Amino acid sequence: MIYLDNAATTAAAPEVVEAMLPYFTENYGNPSTIYSLGSEAKKAVNEARRSVAGLIGARQEEIYFTAGGSEADNWAIKACAEAYADKGKHIITTKIEHHAVLHTCQYLEKKGFELTYLDVDADGLVDPEALRQAIRPDTILISVMFANNEIGVIEPIEQIGAIAKEHGILFHTDAVQAFGQIPINVDEMHIDMLSASAHKLNGPKGIGMLYIRTGVKIKSFIHGGAQERSRRAGTENVPGIVGFGAAADRAARIMEEKIQKETELRDYLIGRIEKEIPYSRLNGHRTKRLPGNVNFSFEFIEGESMLIMLDMKGICASSGSACTSGSLDPSHVLLAIGLKHETAHGSLRMTLSEQNTKEEMDTVAEELKKIVQKLRDMSPLYEDFVRKQQA
Amino acid sequence: MYSEKVMDHFQNPRNVGEIENASGVGTVGNAKCGDIMRIFLDIDDEGIVRDAKFKTFGCGAAVATSSMATELVKGKTIQEALQVTNKAVMEALDGLPPVKVHCSLLAEEAIHAALWDYAEKHGIVIEGLEKPKNDISEGEEEEEY
Repeated sequence: MIYLDNAATTAAAPEVVEAMLPYFTENYGNPSTIYSLGSEAKKAVNEARRSVAGLIGARQEEIYFTAGGSEADNWAIKACAEAYADKGKHIITTKIEHHAVLHTCQYLEKKGFELTYLDVDADGLVDPEALRQAIRPDTILISVMFANNEIGVIEPIEQIGAIAKEHGILFHTDAVQAFGQIPINVDEMHIDMLSASAHKLNGPKGIGMLYIRTGVKIKSFIHGGAQERSRRAGTENVPGIVGFGAAADRAARIMEEKIQKETELRDYLIGRIEKEIPYSRLNGHRTKRLPGNVNFSFEFIEGESMLIMLDMKGICASSGSACTSGSLDPSHVLLAIGLKHETAHGSLRMTLSEQNTKEEMDTVAEELKKIVQKLRDMSPLYEDFVRKQQA
Repeated sequence: MYSEKVMDHFQNPRNVGEIENASGVGTVGNAKCGDIMRIFLDIDDEGIVRDAKFKTFGCGAAVATSSMATELVKGKTIQEALQVTNKAVMEALDGLPPVKVHCSLLAEEAIHAALWDYAEKHGIVIEGLEKPKNDISEGEEEEEY
């Protein structure tokens, strides 16, 4: 099997699983208890918190563990809207956010908040000047994703953070795809809140975090006990948190090498596809791009068919086609960068890891070439296109 | 997600291709929604469907339903071909996931569109056949490329 869907999820690293195991069985204590079994668990939670904080230049008391990235996004945006509603009702975000952000914003619109959804250019980049112009006296929050999950584009977060700071507006970033993959520094980038998820960096599923800068006054989202400094109730997912910490340690250790390896593989695969498959288009900025992200649209064919055929060859990937989403519309991200519907339907996302090899990229390029041709031979759109060219 | 029959018809689609000087050609669907089917029918003087071929832009279910629909109409009279409904196509494929039912509807419409084209070319009226809604054979879609 060739796994090219690391933006969907990753395999937990052996050292992560090993770190977690004792916290299911031997060190199962509740961190809120007084006896040493509980204190052991509490200590482990705080060590993990330090590891996670270290990856983004935060202080450990600014990290709040959640059940994942979606919860962190929901919490940051809804709680911020609630806490600052007196100051204003305007929120700025972008058209290419993950649904965890977009649907939360749409929910707030129904509750009377006013949203601005910034456009992106053909590469998927937000224009900081457009952001500046969208700011109003009643703007309370700017939420722009660090890197896009579909097309891998890395947004100008430092510039956006600086503009937010200059206007005294809170800045949240959904960094689920970037955290542990590329360097992040919350101080240098003026980030007030940041969402992350462990399973994207070889950690376990079901655990994520929200970084909240000291001084940001958002309230609890899950009410109950006094866990997470009374801001997120519920007995801590100790094995998950420990696994998240181990994954963060691992990410910090291998980041430089991982970026180099993935970038090489990425550019090699992009190069082969561009050279060998006609009528293909790379989606997302060529260099301001996550090291492991490859996203192409192939004209005249549809994504789900490609995925099934790739699966038959043991290759796991994903698509922005409507058929993979259960709706009739293709990916909102691909439409936002200006693709026609039919081109967006023919998109393919392959997200690599440092475990992939050049030989695998060769296999993928070869198989993809055959699959695209097979589907084009079957496509009435391609037939019309060829006929038109001959005419 | 898909039945074995659907997977078989997707992996080994029957009747892919074109028929030159076909008796009737029908193209239905919408590239915006991600599905376009084109069905070619060769109908003899006796009114029997001698051959059927297809080209489809779409998901696995769209390809499989096109493949099965062309299989089902081969050898049939026009009236029998008209009875190849989306239900018949679905049953022959051992069912489709609910979100893919529209693919089988498209297959039915593609056959109807091809029969409509045949009837128009021959100046005849096929009893029970109405002009298919999603017929885009003369539509503006082609201009996009």
